[in-house]
Amino acid sequence: MEDVIVRYVSRFILPFVQLYGLYVVLHGHLSPGGGFSGGAVIGASMILYALSFNLAAGSKKLSHDVSSILESSGALIFAGMGLISILLGANFLANRAAGFPLGTPGNLFSSGSIAIITFGVGIKVASTMITLFYSLIEEEDHSHDHH
Amino acid sequence: MRKLLILFFLAVIMVVMVATVVEMPTIGDPANVTNNEVPRRYVEESLKETGALNVIASIITDYRAFDTLGEATVLFVAIAAALSNLKAH
Repeated sequence: MEDVIVRYVSRFILPFVQLYGLYVVLHGHLSPGGGFSGGAVIGASMILYALSFNLAAGSKKLSHDVSSILESSGALIFAGMGLISILLGANFLANRAAGFPLGTPGNLFSSGSIAIITFGVGIKVASTMITLFYSLIEEEDHSHDHH
Repeated sequence: MRKLLILFFLAVIMVVMVATVVEMPTIGDPANVTNNEVPRRYVEESLKETGALNVIASIITDYRAFDTLGEATVLFVAIAAALSNLKAH
């Protein structure tokens, strides 16, 4: 797609979209939002980039393999926090009972495992959207090659 | 005939849905059965027990984190199935 208006506008708004998505993920325990919504914003920004430029430019910024690895690592962060709780002598995914430092409510670094789990979910949702988008688009490219 | 049948089934579905909505508890009624000690505990104690200002975040990633882990697993399995299907040929 070669549209100069779409390219110019998306180049202009993409930093704001990604910064907002990062803000929603990192402040999931303080303000409305969380891992799912913030991750969707970040993933949509990458899809917008790949749509308004082209797939090769999008893959250069975040390749298919990297987004697959990010997706698995997001899920592993979530499950790993639960296993750490068990190792610390509490139930699976326990927060205060496992002794995670809760900090001062309202600070960015507070609420123990909640912030880390939200971050993991955010990575996972964002990379899920990107991975699915890439695999659908790449499938189309392959079928063009065969015909 | 076919259109009449469609209209009939649509009317049946509408009756069921309207009956459901009529039976629903009023929003914000203090006598609702969902208004028990569970949401009260969340509202009153979640700040002390989890340290998170966002009560919803403290519910989905602390009190009910196991449920959210299942949700994330559904997402993971769905993308794994889609990828294995798309990459198979």
